[in-house]
Amino acid sequence: MKIANALKNRTDTETLNKHGFFYYLNRDKQLYLMLLIPIFFVLLFKITPMFGTIVAFKDYKIAKGFWDSDWVGFQVFLDIFEKRDFLRALRNSLLLNTLDLLLSFTAPIILSLLLNEIKSVKLKRINQTLLYLPHFLSWVIIAAIAYQLLSLGNGVINNIIESLGGSRIPFLQEDNHWLISYLLIGVWQSMGWGTIIYLASISSINPELYEAATVDGAGRLRKMWNVTLPGIRVTIVTLLIMNLGRVMGGSFERIYALANKATTEYTTTIEVLVYRWGIEGGNFSRATALGLFQALIGLMLVIIADRIAKKLGEDGLL
Amino acid sequence: MKASYNLITAKPKKRFDTWDVLINIAVIMASLACLLPLVHVLAKSLSSDAYVIANKVTLWPMGFTLEAYSKVFADSSILRSLYVSVVVTIAFTILGMIITICAAYPLSRKQLKGRKVLTFVFLMTLYFSGGIIPEYMLINELGMLDTWWALILPQAFSAFNFLIMRSAIYSNIPVSLEESARIDGAGHFRVLLNIVLPLSKPIIATLSLFYAVGRWIAYQDALFYIKQNVDLRPLQLKLYYMVVQASESFQLEATQVQVTNPDVLKAACVIFATVPIIIVYPFIQKYFVNGVMLGAVKE
Repeated sequence: MKIANALKNRTDTETLNKHGFFYYLNRDKQLYLMLLIPIFFVLLFKITPMFGTIVAFKDYKIAKGFWDSDWVGFQVFLDIFEKRDFLRALRNSLLLNTLDLLLSFTAPIILSLLLNEIKSVKLKRINQTLLYLPHFLSWVIIAAIAYQLLSLGNGVINNIIESLGGSRIPFLQEDNHWLISYLLIGVWQSMGWGTIIYLASISSINPELYEAATVDGAGRLRKMWNVTLPGIRVTIVTLLIMNLGRVMGGSFERIYALANKATTEYTTTIEVLVYRWGIEGGNFSRATALGLFQALIGLMLVIIADRIAKKLGEDGLL
Repeated sequence: MKASYNLITAKPKKRFDTWDVLINIAVIMASLACLLPLVHVLAKSLSSDAYVIANKVTLWPMGFTLEAYSKVFADSSILRSLYVSVVVTIAFTILGMIITICAAYPLSRKQLKGRKVLTFVFLMTLYFSGGIIPEYMLINELGMLDTWWALILPQAFSAFNFLIMRSAIYSNIPVSLEESARIDGAGHFRVLLNIVLPLSKPIIATLSLFYAVGRWIAYQDALFYIKQNVDLRPLQLKLYYMVVQASESFQLEATQVQVTNPDVLKAACVIFATVPIIIVYPFIQKYFVNGVMLGAVKE
């Protein structure tokens, strides 16, 4: 602080003792000028839409505009809760995301335990490079590849099944098969990338623990179970809490790219319904209310998960 | 105790370990599962129609031909989409980095008044957002629907990247270095340009890649904001309509050979859109891994 003051002696001698608002504004004016750019973007594109959520409590009419549309309180929400589409979307979101959590959350843990056991550095690195690859593909590309591989008439997987004497499976053309394919494609896309954090967490485990376990006669599986897994427990719990918030909202891009006309049973999730009602249907109030409902439940789930984790003696997140 | 310790360390190193083999096989299978689908699509895209229709192609092209690619490159709307994607990605990355640096450097200076409030507001956007529809309404009100701006401006501020940039400046730039420059009479702009940015090259590279790859593979905002103006469809959205929804056919200009299997063309499109990522992937991978670590440490 003294240096800063000394620096400013030449211009600010008279304001030195006051240290009012303008003194600081003047001293760091270049910094404040820089900040104007991010402030502009945050205010316009992040904060303004937050206030925009009040259309959920209005009966928005394009002719009347944002400000003059009538207030309706919670009526929009009450209307939504009676819609059949809503109940189905809620069920689908919960179903898809819960199953996804079970599979896509555990797969990276298992995979990182296995990767950690590979001794050859080179082999490990090649495997990692390949496993990370799907993370860099867009959902459109992944869906396109999935249809090339899994379609009923000419998918290569079905070709192989048939040549082995089996019958063709409608992986993406029948509701229940679609659900399983959707989940496995999710595992495929995320399992490699998910290992990064766990591998880093494993590398910080004290090697002496492994030596001690070896001395005590622990085999490889024993060490995985009794040293590695407890060593990354904190990471697992933290990520689990963060992921629980997503039980209400999955990736729009994923479900929208993988959905098709033949399988409509599970493909309308909440975020797809928000898109249909709002952007396709133009019913902004209803779609905003649905989005708000989804966000609030997601937040609640995170808080509840955090409380439970703390009760169980973990560090928690919040 | 001592004896048993010696016994274990003294055992021969090269012992056949069943678990070793099983684990290696499992991991290699998983890796192949990530690679082979792309190999198959590549093989298909290079095969002639007859073999593809007969379901003969698996991992190697049959009846090698580049016909599908010549059709992709003859389709002006696909090339246009590529152009849109390239322009949007470059503009978005540059803008995003300017915003990130302009937020991270001032807010990493401890003497700045109002630093805590602004940091709080910036980081709040990490956890809360207005949601899809209010954002759409805003873009609509601003008259940005069906314009380039809708693809460049709204997502340009990333709280996550800001967080990483700020902690990188905190930890990489010694305060003493900055102070001595200030005593020599350098202003904040000079310090930023001559000291902070040159010392932050690795993190700038990492975050630029975050921005660029994120922009390149996203299609949701384009789906929402680019509706009538088909000339502004980025590659991923174009691909969605063409390959996934199959609602749009190829604009076969002056091609007499109409009987091309759509599967071959689709495969060629997938490869066409994936190649840019595959080319840069080996170089950017380590930056991304580092970035994930930085984000994880901070959170």
